[in-house]
Amino acid sequence: MSASEVETTAEGPNPPKRDAGPAPAGGDVTGTRTFRVFRWKRGGDEDSRIETYESVPIGPRTTVLEALRWIQLHIDRSLILRHSCFHASCGTCGLRVNGREVLGCVTFAHDLGSVITVEPIANVPVLADLVVDMAEFYERFPEVEVAGGRPQIRASGFLAEAATPGGIDRYERYEDCIECGLCLSACPIASTSEGYLGPAALAAAQRLLEETPDDVDPREILDWADDPLGAWRCHAIFECTEACPSGVRPAERIMSLRGALVGGQLKVIPRGEGEP
Amino acid sequence: MRRDDRRTALPTRELRYERGPVMKKGVGVTPTAWVDPRGRALGSFAFSVNRITALGLVFYLYLHLGVLSMLLRGEEAWNDFVRLATTTVFLLLDVLLIFGLLYHGLNGLRVALVGTGVAPDRQKALWWAGGVIGTIALAYSAFHILVGGD
Repeated sequence: MSASEVETTAEGPNPPKRDAGPAPAGGDVTGTRTFRVFRWKRGGDEDSRIETYESVPIGPRTTVLEALRWIQLHIDRSLILRHSCFHASCGTCGLRVNGREVLGCVTFAHDLGSVITVEPIANVPVLADLVVDMAEFYERFPEVEVAGGRPQIRASGFLAEAATPGGIDRYERYEDCIECGLCLSACPIASTSEGYLGPAALAAAQRLLEETPDDVDPREILDWADDPLGAWRCHAIFECTEACPSGVRPAERIMSLRGALVGGQLKVIPRGEGEP
Repeated sequence: MRRDDRRTALPTRELRYERGPVMKKGVGVTPTAWVDPRGRALGSFAFSVNRITALGLVFYLYLHLGVLSMLLRGEEAWNDFVRLATTTVFLLLDVLLIFGLLYHGLNGLRVALVGTGVAPDRQKALWWAGGVIGTIALAYSAFHILVGGD
């Protein structure tokens, strides 16, 4: 069904006049929003386009993901989304909303103006509509080449044998990467340098250095990052840190990695200090 | 529907594995990703202005060399240029030049401190510190260029 078939209504308490079904979650309907959504289908007859869905009812706490699901259920069943947990833990609903990288599940539509533009995250290929192929995101990680296939993030911070000098808090942030890809999407350099390893992979390498397992040589990790398309390709723009929904602060990790590469100490940034 | 008909209705294996379009930053074309200010934060602004001032300073360097070459044309040509260069419009361009020098220099210092791991978590504080120093220096310079004095 074409979005143009949906009748436009002014903002107000009334949902669209047609039988559009219940409003999305997030309290009573307090208004409507127009959603402009990126569409592209594999094997379709046309290039990508922006589809407009008008009069999508929202409440004060309706999230972008809930509104998109409402569109999917009540207007256009061909819209393809990806989501899982609904509480910012799984990282699968990463989107660009009005140009900013966000998790759709924790971003309120109410605060985003009357017209909300939703696109897939940048710098990784689109599979269909708002769903991207994360394979190229994961391929960047140092796991295979450096760490002998071991996970870069420690399996558990609660095991006694995982205890770290100075306590777990200072490391906890780096366990928080949900691999949503928002940092890679926000990075302007990743847009112009396709081979750039990107913020998430470099932050993971820095994390690995901070707590290097006994059987991994730290020099291998540094060699891996010491590349024109590695730590040195970063231009210290810090958009990855701004976009990260988990407070991992990848840009600071990359800067710290560079500090280690130029012969300084690897810096562990304690929780609650620094920017932003 | 026969099995063969159903197959033709589905995307082929090649199509299913084909790499999809990749969304990019930028105003119209990807190479402008670095200057796209939409929805960006302080770091992007700092980076974009740094590059723009860099382009301006490179342009000025060649302009400066060109201007100096007027000395080869004799005293009169040089004096004519000096008269032009002391008009208000040119003096305002001098202030713009000093802004470019101050911004690029101070931001370069910030990037060096952040980018070598000396202060990796202080990029915003350093930008504002540079901003305060730069504003004071620019105001002092502009006063002396436009108003005069020792």
